[in-house]
Amino acid sequence: MTTEVLTEDLSEHNQHHKMTGIKRWLYTTNHKDIGTLYLWFSFIMFLTGGALAMIIRMELFQPGLQIVEPDFFNQLTTVHGLIMVFGAIMPAFTGLANWMLPMMIGAPDMALPRLNNWSFWILPFAFAILIGSFFMESGAPNFGWTFYAPLSTTYSNGSTAFFVFAVHIMGISSIMGAINIVVTIMNLRAPGMTYMKMPLFVWTFFITAYLLIAVMPVLAGVVTMVLTDTYFGTSFFNAAGGGDPVMFQHIFWFFGHPEVYIMILPAFGIVSTTIPTFARKKLFGYSSMVYATASIALLSFIVWAHHMFTTGMPLFGELFFMYCTMLIAVPTGVKVFNWMATMWRGSMTFETPMLFSIAFVILFTIGGFSGLMLALTPVDFQYHDTYFVVAHFHYVLVTGSLFSIYAGAYYWLPKWTGHMYNDVLSKWHFWCSLISVNLLFFPMHFLGLAGMPRRIPDYALQFADFNKWISIGGFAFGLSQLIFLVVVIKCIKGGEKAPAKPWEGAEGLEWTVPSPAPYHTFSTPPKID
Amino acid sequence: MTNQQKTSVVQAPNSKKLVRKLILTVIAMFGFGFALVPLYDVFCDITGLNGKTNESAATYQASGIDSSRMIRVQFISRNAQNIPWRFEPMIREVSVHPGERKVIKFYAKNQSTTNMTAQAVPSVSPGIAAAYFQKIECFCFNQQPLKAQEDVEMALQFYVDPELPTDITTLTLSYTLYDVTQAAGS
Amino acid sequence: MKRRNLGWLSLGSLLSYSAWADMPLNLTQGATEVSRNVYDLHMLVLYICTGIGIIVFGIMFWSMIFHRKSKGAKSASFHESTKIEILWTAIPIVILIAMAVPATSTLIEMEDNSNADVTIQITGSQWKWHYKYFDQGIEYYSVLSTPREQYENHQSNSAIKNEHYLLEVDKPLVIPANKKVRFLMTSDDVIHSWWVPAFAVKQDANPGFINEAWTKVDQPGIYRGQCAELCGKDHGFMPIVVEVKSEADYQNWLIEQQQLIAQSAEAEKASLNSSLAMDELMQLGEQVYLANCAACHQPTGLGLPPAFPALKNSPVATGDINEHIITVFNGRVGTGMQGYGKQLTLKEIAAVVTYERNAWGNNTGDSVQPADVNAAVAK
Repeated sequence: MTTEVLTEDLSEHNQHHKMTGIKRWLYTTNHKDIGTLYLWFSFIMFLTGGALAMIIRMELFQPGLQIVEPDFFNQLTTVHGLIMVFGAIMPAFTGLANWMLPMMIGAPDMALPRLNNWSFWILPFAFAILIGSFFMESGAPNFGWTFYAPLSTTYSNGSTAFFVFAVHIMGISSIMGAINIVVTIMNLRAPGMTYMKMPLFVWTFFITAYLLIAVMPVLAGVVTMVLTDTYFGTSFFNAAGGGDPVMFQHIFWFFGHPEVYIMILPAFGIVSTTIPTFARKKLFGYSSMVYATASIALLSFIVWAHHMFTTGMPLFGELFFMYCTMLIAVPTGVKVFNWMATMWRGSMTFETPMLFSIAFVILFTIGGFSGLMLALTPVDFQYHDTYFVVAHFHYVLVTGSLFSIYAGAYYWLPKWTGHMYNDVLSKWHFWCSLISVNLLFFPMHFLGLAGMPRRIPDYALQFADFNKWISIGGFAFGLSQLIFLVVVIKCIKGGEKAPAKPWEGAEGLEWTVPSPAPYHTFSTPPKID
Repeated sequence: MTNQQKTSVVQAPNSKKLVRKLILTVIAMFGFGFALVPLYDVFCDITGLNGKTNESAATYQASGIDSSRMIRVQFISRNAQNIPWRFEPMIREVSVHPGERKVIKFYAKNQSTTNMTAQAVPSVSPGIAAAYFQKIECFCFNQQPLKAQEDVEMALQFYVDPELPTDITTLTLSYTLYDVTQAAGS
Repeated sequence: MKRRNLGWLSLGSLLSYSAWADMPLNLTQGATEVSRNVYDLHMLVLYICTGIGIIVFGIMFWSMIFHRKSKGAKSASFHESTKIEILWTAIPIVILIAMAVPATSTLIEMEDNSNADVTIQITGSQWKWHYKYFDQGIEYYSVLSTPREQYENHQSNSAIKNEHYLLEVDKPLVIPANKKVRFLMTSDDVIHSWWVPAFAVKQDANPGFINEAWTKVDQPGIYRGQCAELCGKDHGFMPIVVEVKSEADYQNWLIEQQQLIAQSAEAEKASLNSSLAMDELMQLGEQVYLANCAACHQPTGLGLPPAFPALKNSPVATGDINEHIITVFNGRVGTGMQGYGKQLTLKEIAAVVTYERNAWGNNTGDSVQPADVNAAVAK
């Protein structure tokens, strides 16, 4: 259906592009096509990862093992995590970047269009390998998405090779995408668009791309070590050969913590675009937002060991990482305060993108609070590896990253499709998601405090009630996401015609082109004053 | 700012340069991932992060014995999964003055019916003390082959560096015994 | 996924479990000075966060209610204020310092492992804990004691679950009250994490390395915890139970344990000369098998291939007897098969080998005696 609409623009605006059908999508180097591919792919992955989560929640619905075996349960949690991180959230952001960055900076396309095509098309293979491992003799990876050695090496179920290969491909894809974003932003800005005139959305992707370039190769390195430890007799993480399993965690989290910010900085960019639009007021403190984003990115390199307080670090190490982690609350706080000040004395309306943005700010802040609590080493000993942590990172990733993606999707859907989305359905999507997501994740805080460890397929009886409600929230949240699918399909098929600038308060170059955005935009750069 | 304006006008040649730089960064960061392995060891040596002790013989170079204090040194042992050996310290703990040399023995017996090779891996707690625990001679420097049912007494000669922080009064040395028969055979 | 009547079960469970639930909603205050400090710190941060949340969200909701377009609000034009920016950078820093001070002092206290009265070596392995008392040499494994039929509900044969379902073990760790007890953690295989919430102790057990933690419990009692680091298949099934006894009771317990060690050594010797009947071997063997082997090889003997092979018709269980005994006694290098020589008595190994050779239609007819085991492993 997307094909239909977009081929229409194609014939209107671009007579020399004649490829149709599957070939068009395979060979496309157009940033809008590739953006569309990324977005659809990430949504399919989101539903896949969500389906795994549904099985997990069914198993945890009541005490006892009813549906799956413990080993399969571990495979589910592992693949759920990997798919959501690398298959849903990250490609969705890359999709938004592909669609919006060139239009926001007045560029005709991404700087490296062929690379762009490749970086998308290797992704499905990575996930085919990962998901395919479910059907192999070994089973899927069962060592958690954090794949701590030696559980993932000496004691792996034989899926390590598939896992490593899949992660390598995902990593290469991300790196290529990031290089493209950096080159595009540095070289293709319209004349007059200085760095400090770029929309904050562009800034956050710029910084995120640098983070990706810095840490994805480290991930590639650590999975390579896991591979050689498992199959080629090296002993990076094997104490018997002079290695150290804790070193795995240090290298992994050196990647892992910046990775967390890779998944949240673009979200900051999105809501910093939507909130000013619907508050009809300029973003408060633009430059402090830029500096706050940059300092969060820099701090992310020196806090990794806060994931490892229980591994037996010396006191000074624990103190150092505790202080650094607490420090992150400062720039993050600045951001929240700036959004608050942007809303203050605005002239607000509450279209669906704004609803998701406000929910983002509030719920992400709750995730930030639990993050601050986790930063304190003495209490982290109690929270670590419990459902409190599960609640924390789902608040920042689901009501954080995912909600921001929804905000962005609703915000730009008129630009992408040329139609307004169905307002009533989209509000249903929002309110159902908002209520169910809190029923799903808020009680997890209590479970964690009461002592329920994460990654267990069965639990003590005292945890039964809360788990039941969490599962019900989970099923409701899962179903609510299907409303979004309906909204998008309806929006592509038709609906009220969208004007070039459907939002009264919107600013930015993307609104100067017609809706739907023509196949080629800004072939001659716009003038910025 | 004027510079940047210029760069955005002239596009094509800069992209190549920039891409090359970025790819070099990627390669460098991949290398950095591996460089973290030796860096981690250096870091651990300095900070005693993981309680790893010296892996080769130290020469005795203490500047004398600090007889003003006594350090309890405890010995524990553990067989990693699957290794059918008896392996234990012949004395549970000793008290030493910092700087004083001491020899203690471990007993090992291969209780299986095949010839095996094992490697003992030392670890000191508190980790910070690892840098002050100096082994002059240790069975853990080498692999230990034992024939089926063979036994051996293995020596460990050590001293505690007099520089050891004064708040540490007890040191625990743990040995985990690993089966390395396959690795040693190949 | 083979649940047809899941719907009914779920409906039923909505009502049935409520009666059992008695879950605290907050972090435990615990039973030690450290755990109480940790609790206080937790509450402090929680209150601070709640306070900040009320202010920030309050302002946002105020704007949402009063500064909306439908109420005729016109947007103001301010979008910068260095003064305010500095203010809301500085205030959080002050608040953070206020949190960091108590956090630092609690942490320093937690990390002070010196001058312990009792030292216990804790070793995690897949999927049980091993405790060894440094001064007495007493050592034993501590294994989940919840019967399998209580948690294996795939066939919807939900047996009534125990009160401490999944949080009960055969032999708890016993420590004295009001004494500083130091734990040395390590692991035989993958990383585990020993966690008892009431002590605020959670420390990873890393293979090849030792970690320390300590506790000093005020009151005798029974405290429960779980493994907190994903360690494979049965990560959720290796609980921790600590029984804290008064000093006098603890000393009695130590004496009792030492007597038990002497007795079992006697029994071991005696068993060498004993000859057990097939029935007796099979009966004991089944018990031992279900307690130690069934987690991987399954009660049906079909295993969970490829990681855990079937024993039914397997070359080991139907082949050479000595090879079979040695495998059980010493384990298999490079596989998940542990050696049980140190956990089980000769009699138990004889029984379980006999059981494996005759159950599930293996029907070799072999019966293995304790003396056979002794002979096979001491060759």
